[in-house]
Amino acid sequence: MGDTVLKVEHLGKEYRLGTISHGTLYRDLQSWSARLRGKEDPNSKISSAGGKVQNGTFTALDDVSFEVKQGDVLGIIGRNGAGKSTLLKIISRVTAPTRGEIKIRGRVASLLEVGTGFHPELTGRENIFLNGTILGMTKKEIHRKFDEIVDFAEVENFIDTPVKRYSSGMYVKLAFAVAAHLEPEILIIDEVLAVGDVKFQKKCLGKMRSIGNEGRTVLFVSHNMNAIEQLCSKAILLQNGHVALSTDRVRLAINKYLNNDLSNNESVWEHANETKNRFFNLTRMYLSNVQDEIIYDTISNNEVVFVNIEGEIKEYDNALQIGYALYNEDNQLVFWSLFNDAKEDDWPIVTPGKIRFYSLLPPRFLNEGSYKLELIAALYYREWINQPCVNSPYICFSIQGGLSDSPYWLVRRPGLLAPVLSWHTSNLD
Amino acid sequence: MEIQKDTWTTVIRPQSGWFDVNFAELWNYRDLIALFVRRDFVATYKQTILGPLWFLIQPLFTTVVFTVVFGNIARIPTDGLPPMLFYMAGTVAWNYFAACLNSTSNTFVANANIFGKVYFPRLTVPVSVVIVNLLTFTIQLSLFLGFFFYFSLRGTHLQPSLWILATPLLVVQMGILGLGMGLIVSSLTTKYRDLSFAVGFGTQLWMYATPIVYPMSQIPERWQWLYALNPMASIVETFRFAFLGAGSVNLQHLAISAGMTLLIFFAGIVLFSRIEKTFMDTI
Repeated sequence: MGDTVLKVEHLGKEYRLGTISHGTLYRDLQSWSARLRGKEDPNSKISSAGGKVQNGTFTALDDVSFEVKQGDVLGIIGRNGAGKSTLLKIISRVTAPTRGEIKIRGRVASLLEVGTGFHPELTGRENIFLNGTILGMTKKEIHRKFDEIVDFAEVENFIDTPVKRYSSGMYVKLAFAVAAHLEPEILIIDEVLAVGDVKFQKKCLGKMRSIGNEGRTVLFVSHNMNAIEQLCSKAILLQNGHVALSTDRVRLAINKYLNNDLSNNESVWEHANETKNRFFNLTRMYLSNVQDEIIYDTISNNEVVFVNIEGEIKEYDNALQIGYALYNEDNQLVFWSLFNDAKEDDWPIVTPGKIRFYSLLPPRFLNEGSYKLELIAALYYREWINQPCVNSPYICFSIQGGLSDSPYWLVRRPGLLAPVLSWHTSNLD
Repeated sequence: MEIQKDTWTTVIRPQSGWFDVNFAELWNYRDLIALFVRRDFVATYKQTILGPLWFLIQPLFTTVVFTVVFGNIARIPTDGLPPMLFYMAGTVAWNYFAACLNSTSNTFVANANIFGKVYFPRLTVPVSVVIVNLLTFTIQLSLFLGFFFYFSLRGTHLQPSLWILATPLLVVQMGILGLGMGLIVSSLTTKYRDLSFAVGFGTQLWMYATPIVYPMSQIPERWQWLYALNPMASIVETFRFAFLGAGSVNLQHLAISAGMTLLIFFAGIVLFSRIEKTFMDTI
């Protein structure tokens, strides 16, 4: 086993909310003089309660400790807001911690976002040098690697063209190429694989794997559990700024993360007294089984599941549309479904008052994985009540197993869906 | 265990102490400074029609305007020097300082995007800006020297003094002063955005408090001490004396000016180093 190259000890990070400064000198002086005279600060915020916010500070990381050995590819997983980005920012020294210590052996380079410091007016060649030095290389090193970088980025013919004339794909390729040839001892990667075409993504994954094999250490943050599972040799799971799990068994961490979506009360959305508009107010959204019991656990592909949307309608409007949008774990939209998708005669009857919409989610349809189900509520062509990806409540669930009765079909199939369609033959002789 | 502890290359700790600047690290990043200089120099003029000519047009026009307004209309004396040369010497020197101050004063705000993603010593940015401005200054200085020789050839009596040997020091001092002021302002603007409005305005006022459009000899004796507190005043006056031989050099004032410069620079570095670690949380 290699040496420890990164040691994080009792790391904590707090953000002060609101009260850091009022943004202008005048306001600061006003607050200051009010304090001197023992009066109430006229600029103090009305305190917001709840969650991790206390006394105007927000604790993003709390007592985080872990060690990374040389050659480890560590996957860092967790929900949005769990502290992943804050942790990486501190390790890459973009911001300082509030408590604790990090010890590092070797050079750290981060790919928090590729293409940092690229200047559109400069040529590809000039940008390679500029970007490389920003990331911590010396000119000599870049000279040595120059051809390799250009080769990797596939931009030989445009190397003396200003990068503002590059297509966005070329731009990203060049940026990633520079970063991939950094040869730091510790490489931090945060969701960069979302860019570029599939071929290039594969190349990047391959490069990352070879970086790991060369004995370098990689910290990898992604919501793409497939990539995490493929690449990482270790994983830590962050929850609300704490390390919830640190393990060599990556699969275990991933499972805990995915299941956590459910136990985190996310499988049911419930909010009793929210009255914002008169057309539709969601009170509860959940999945249920045939016995009309709420489902909290992982669902298997062959289960019969109903999507339930409960709410209140104060005023009936015939333009009202209710439904849901379904996303997979990469946040790709799988489909939309609305109660008035069918022809008008087949629409369910909608009346004012408390109402439940429910719809069958067909069995043998969705592939294994975790999903997000988001409410859609709108008045047709007039206004959004709950617009997906903007202000919609959502629930999460995951599907595992039960893919088919076929002896050949036991693991997750490629593709978004995993329907079992019927097949027939006809004899052509 | 004790031995292993010493082999850590980097230890990240919460901010502590009030002076925490790693100059060795800055030196390690000298390649980056060089590339920033190149980038700024190239990028600024790459898509302009006249290109680097702007470096010359700017001081030339300022000088002409000063000559017309302050020389011909207001008839402010110029210590017996040709007004053109008198104003140009002041303008070229002042421009360097003002450019250093103005362009370093928005370091944090202008680079928030890149500072938010990668770590490198933040001081590389303002330092490279000062060097870029030094290049501009050199070009403008040669313009001034061109006029200087033109006027000498036409028989104007000019007496460059030995102080000319001290001008590189004056330039360095202006750079340090501009950098120091810029660092102070840039650190404060992360908290108080309204300061950035005051900078352009403030430098303009400062220029009129400096003997650029009038000679030091026009200042009544009892106010001269006030000018000693303006570090730029004696720099400009000495600069002019070095090349043109008119005016005066006051050693005492120069010493005060140097002291002020160091004080401002030190304050700037301290403030900057305090802000640089956590400003990403506040911006």
